[in-house]
Amino acid sequence: MSKNETASLPARALKELMQGDRVYLLLLAVLILIVFPATLSVFRLALVGKYLTYSFVALGLVLCWGYGGILSLGQGVFFGLGGYCMAMFLKLEASDPKSTSIQSTPGIPDFMDWNQLTELPAYWIPFKSLAFTLIAIPLVPGLLALIIGLAMFKRRVGGVYFAIITQAVAAILSILIIGQQGYTGGVNGITDLKTLLGWDIREDSAKLVLYYVNAGLLFGVVLIGRHLLASKLGRLLMAMRDREDRVRFSGYDVAQLKTFVFVAAAMISSIGGAMFTLQVGFMSPSFVGIEPSIEMVIAAAVGGRGSLLGAVYGALIVNFGKTFFSERFPELWLFLIGSLFIAVVMVFPNGLAGLDWAALKRRTLSVVQKLLPKRGHESSASEPAPTPAAPNGGRS
Amino acid sequence: MNHEYLLSVDGVTVSFDGFKAVDNLSLYVDKDEIRAIIGPNGAGKTTLLDIISGKTRPTSGSVSFKGAELTKLREHEVVRKGIGRKFQTPSVYESLTVFENLEMSYPKGRNAFGAWAFKRSKAVIEKVEEIAELIYLKDRIEDMAGVLSHGQKQWLEIGMLLIQNPDLMMLDEPVAGMSVGEREKTAELLKLLVEGRAVIVVEHDMEFVKRIADKVTVLHQGKWLAEGSMATVQQDPKVIEVYIGH
Repeated sequence: MSKNETASLPARALKELMQGDRVYLLLLAVLILIVFPATLSVFRLALVGKYLTYSFVALGLVLCWGYGGILSLGQGVFFGLGGYCMAMFLKLEASDPKSTSIQSTPGIPDFMDWNQLTELPAYWIPFKSLAFTLIAIPLVPGLLALIIGLAMFKRRVGGVYFAIITQAVAAILSILIIGQQGYTGGVNGITDLKTLLGWDIREDSAKLVLYYVNAGLLFGVVLIGRHLLASKLGRLLMAMRDREDRVRFSGYDVAQLKTFVFVAAAMISSIGGAMFTLQVGFMSPSFVGIEPSIEMVIAAAVGGRGSLLGAVYGALIVNFGKTFFSERFPELWLFLIGSLFIAVVMVFPNGLAGLDWAALKRRTLSVVQKLLPKRGHESSASEPAPTPAAPNGGRS
Repeated sequence: MNHEYLLSVDGVTVSFDGFKAVDNLSLYVDKDEIRAIIGPNGAGKTTLLDIISGKTRPTSGSVSFKGAELTKLREHEVVRKGIGRKFQTPSVYESLTVFENLEMSYPKGRNAFGAWAFKRSKAVIEKVEEIAELIYLKDRIEDMAGVLSHGQKQWLEIGMLLIQNPDLMMLDEPVAGMSVGEREKTAELLKLLVEGRAVIVVEHDMEFVKRIADKVTVLHQGKWLAEGSMATVQQDPKVIEVYIGH
């Protein structure tokens, strides 16, 4: 009997794993944490790391658009602000008086010197501190989202009007950054970032570490997101998307809930932005404006706006496509992403995540089970789930 | 006349660009009372519910509930004061189960963090099951609300109000689209649940109104026309004229 039980252990573990969508999470973890680092060159791996920073934005969009029903076409703003906060810290570190001694004012970032600034602007000064920077990365975009959210949602601005306003914010911020060259580095952005507390982020070993830090943060966000969506708040967001008035007349402050999820999406995006700056070594307005914001929406739509894991895949695929086509047929890329978006909307509105993965899982499972060591009859009869894995839909 | 009513609507007027949807209307509802509001289309019945529930701000007049003024409050604040409202078309969360629909309306965890931390405690489960039994949906509790019949969705929505234990329930056309049997059961349900609270029903089905209403208020073109028991109101020549009309 006990022999039978040990023999059926792999089968049982397999069954446990196949509960819900845990297996998809595991597959993604294997892909990102093992397969990519083991098979790709450092250069290509750094590209994947860059794509994964966009996944943060897509994850935020799953929460706020896929569940909350709030389409924002300005998520690049929050990605960019997070990235700029990080870049300001790194730039200040790279601009120590010694290495900037040829400037007319040593000790300030080079672009300020070129723009005849002789002093560090006051709001740059706190970014000399890493602790302050790390707090500012989620907080600055979060505050902006809070202001936008309160101003819009209290007034019942929603749907396409909200999308247009967020797009306007994206346009305004990128114009502002480009226009204020002396303070922001202008259209070139903040470049030539070298070290983080003396640690050279341009080296291959650093790139590998940053890749893993990024992946770790990404999975952290995925897990927190899963926890949120599995809670009553997740169902509430869906309910709000489908029946806003019913939610309101059940005593919920809809404006507050919408603001919450919009701020959450903004803060998640900002982590991506900061990790982008660290891994790619610069930040520029081209990641803030309308175009990147829309690309991120397309990434979320392709992966499936109702699926956190789908968002990660979506960002990987769309950005891999972008690199691939931009290298070979640069003029085709915009047409391609446009048609991709149309195809997603018309043909598979739930994106990749909407395909029938459950059928594939069942088929794979039956094949794998055949390959597993044979078990005795009685153990297969006494199979029912060894763990109380909540067959009644997780009620406890 | 120093009696304090549960709900007093005093001289309320709402005008949209000069058109008076509700015109100097007063209405007083007491505890343990089922009040029906009837009137031809465009009489201002739904607008009246909109005013009480905070969806529409009156141009003038006041609405007080348990002694507190409602007209300045936002919808969710009105709900939290103890007023529940069912919409004209059944408004339930179709992609959630009956259980989840009721749980969603359970008056705990109403802000974002509270909802995130909300636990399906024993008290919640018991309350949900109790309400489900009351609204004849006990054996459908794990079904998606989307597959329920029209009448069952109406019941579910009533249940979603009931789980908040409101002092006043406002039901906009609760028996629309219901079979005869379902209407019977709904009448029984309303009789049962009015105990300790007040119910306002807007309804076109006169037979149903006759069965349930303690008192009927007739509106016409935004104005108060008549009030009393169904029998008196039906005899009123003004009411007959409005209904049979020109």
